[in-house]
Amino acid sequence: MTTWTRKDLLGLRDLSKEELELILETAESFKEISLRPIKKVPALRGKTVVNFFFEASTRTRTSFEISAKRLSADIINISSPTTSVIKGESLLDTVRNLLSLKVDIVIIRHSDSGAPQLIADRFPDVSVINAGDGSHEHPTQALLDLYTIKEKKGTVAGLNIAIVGDIMHSRVARSNIWGMTRLGANVTVVGPRTLIPADIDKTGVRVETNLSRGIKDADVIYMLRIQNERLKSNLFPSIREYARMYGLNGVRLKGAKKDVIIMHPGPINRGVEISSEVADGPYSVILDQVTNGLAVRMAVLFLVAGVKKSVKELEEE
Amino acid sequence: MPGLYARKVTAVEILLRNGHLVDPVNNVDGVCDILIKDGLIEKVGKEIVSAGAQVVDLAGKHVFPGLIDMHVHLREPGREDEETIASGTRSAAKGGFTSVCCMPNTLPVIDNSETVEFIYAKAKKEGVVNVFPAGAITKGEEGKELAEIGDLRDAGVVAVSDDGKSVPDANLMRRAMEYAGMFGLPVLSHCEDVALSKNGVMHEGYYSTVLGLAGIPAASEEVTVARDLILSEKTGTHLHVCHVSTAGSVALIRDALAKGVKVSAETAPHYFTLTDEAMQPYDANFKMNPPLRSDNDRQAIIEGLRDGTLGVIATDHAPHADYEKEQEISYAPFGIVGLETAVGLAVAELVEKKVITVKDLVIRMSVNPAKILGLAGRGQLGQGAAADVTVVDLNKEWVVDKTKFESKSRNTPFNGRKLKGEVWMTIVGGDVVFKDGKIL
Repeated sequence: MTTWTRKDLLGLRDLSKEELELILETAESFKEISLRPIKKVPALRGKTVVNFFFEASTRTRTSFEISAKRLSADIINISSPTTSVIKGESLLDTVRNLLSLKVDIVIIRHSDSGAPQLIADRFPDVSVINAGDGSHEHPTQALLDLYTIKEKKGTVAGLNIAIVGDIMHSRVARSNIWGMTRLGANVTVVGPRTLIPADIDKTGVRVETNLSRGIKDADVIYMLRIQNERLKSNLFPSIREYARMYGLNGVRLKGAKKDVIIMHPGPINRGVEISSEVADGPYSVILDQVTNGLAVRMAVLFLVAGVKKSVKELEEE
Repeated sequence: MPGLYARKVTAVEILLRNGHLVDPVNNVDGVCDILIKDGLIEKVGKEIVSAGAQVVDLAGKHVFPGLIDMHVHLREPGREDEETIASGTRSAAKGGFTSVCCMPNTLPVIDNSETVEFIYAKAKKEGVVNVFPAGAITKGEEGKELAEIGDLRDAGVVAVSDDGKSVPDANLMRRAMEYAGMFGLPVLSHCEDVALSKNGVMHEGYYSTVLGLAGIPAASEEVTVARDLILSEKTGTHLHVCHVSTAGSVALIRDALAKGVKVSAETAPHYFTLTDEAMQPYDANFKMNPPLRSDNDRQAIIEGLRDGTLGVIATDHAPHADYEKEQEISYAPFGIVGLETAVGLAVAELVEKKVITVKDLVIRMSVNPAKILGLAGRGQLGQGAAADVTVVDLNKEWVVDKTKFESKSRNTPFNGRKLKGEVWMTIVGGDVVFKDGKIL
């Protein structure tokens, strides 16, 4: 079996199929912990983890925090308004100070693509986990998505997956494209031409601008959040027209496969990219994604911390 | 004024012996001797004898009319922490440049005669090579009102430019070209439509998509090149397109030249050496404007250099402090230093790979810049020309070590890269300013 050798998890682009499978298998062994009355194992006892969020986030930050606590790590949260970042200190200086406190793992969310790598490249003694950087990658989100697909469909290989919405600005889309294609899925990205980034087809995906055509034969429909601020850049004329052309509702869904699953990274905009009927309906696995986020993030923390023992071995100690 | 020497001319006679002189203007390409006296070329020929002269044997080395970098940011006045006229000209001397044209985006902007006079005075006092300033096209480079170009010309600017920015208003650009043309000044245009480049930080393409960085489309350069070519055609004023980076720009300029438009164009070594793929480590030392483009663009740039569409190689030397570059990509400033790596890159990437001949290299790095900027007595080494000489060991391989730079800044994408062709000696106005690795 593959062993984990990376100090950091910055994205899925560089991960091999075996590494992806290792994370998903490790997550599998952690999932059950959250179902116990005492939801804790001593895997990361004595490790210090910092949740370093330069951008607003509730679910990802909370998910990492609970994951780290269930592994018995000490975790602290820092969000940008409470750091010196706004006082003009550079990112590297902020991290330098933080690392003087002998931290083992830094989880970073940042609005700038590449910020986690900037830190990872310069600090050899700390593991960096990317919790979403700009429009670059959001690897743990994609991993929990892959985990959920595998859980529901048994496999990722051979599935038809449509990712719908603002592909241009989406780190979730990018990480999922790398992960899904590496595990053998056929991925179609769907959205208005103005939200499809340059040369995206070179990543191995198919591009479709029509929603009905894009989701036909799909086993998985992955809806992305549309952000109001994109309106200011004239990327589409109105929320109304976007919802009409790219919103997923019950009528549209009739054209999809009978056993399709609907996914969304959250937070959802009801009535915009997804109707309540679909979000809360039988095909939706949106809340399963959130639950699986714990197992996947526990697995990632466990692997980058360099703990080579299995959960079973730890419990026998 | 144009023609000022950077330093007091030493009265010593120098005899350069046995070097291979490449002087396209005077049709010389072979081994000969050069006698320098009182800062000028006294004589060029076979086996010159001069009793009092200091003799330098240049057997095995190539001798060029002093190289001229027509696109340099010296940062003084205003950002002396990044570069000064003293450090920037030392960097130029080490890189084999005997003259530099400095861009006006300083603090304050070179949009008035006092600042021009300051630069000439500072260069005379502390400069190691000749410094010829470009004046701003618009006041404060704000793109709103014409600068006093007549005054700037009288103070000694050799061109006008709002470099770092385009003149966004087409009508203002038209008037600037009409007005500058009256004085025979070339207009150096940084071509960029900022509505298209917006908050972009790298070339728009596969790698900007993969890295999730905002893209600068090739079109942002090309629409402005097209606009300025049309304005040059209408006004008859010499347009010089700065730092050409895209295949589309090369094609537009090639067509305009065929039509007889009075246009010249430069590119920089990084555009014929690197592509957008280099941005992958998110290292801001690969961030410049215009950005590193696709490999298709890079090949078109090389073709443009081969056929002469791109007649000039300039560095766009843009020093920045380490702490400014060591930031998130969107916060880091655009620009890289280039003076000390230009010759090695041009020889390794163009001459060694048989894209252009050594003679063409001299044309692109000395003859044409002198012609465009109207630097009389430079770009050639005929009798009576300024004794600005660059001596290069074309066969010498060397590795870039940014810690050894004379520039105050270290923001190079080429650190650790093996280059070919090393500058051995630089003579400015008959004064040996750099020799065998040392500034004198």
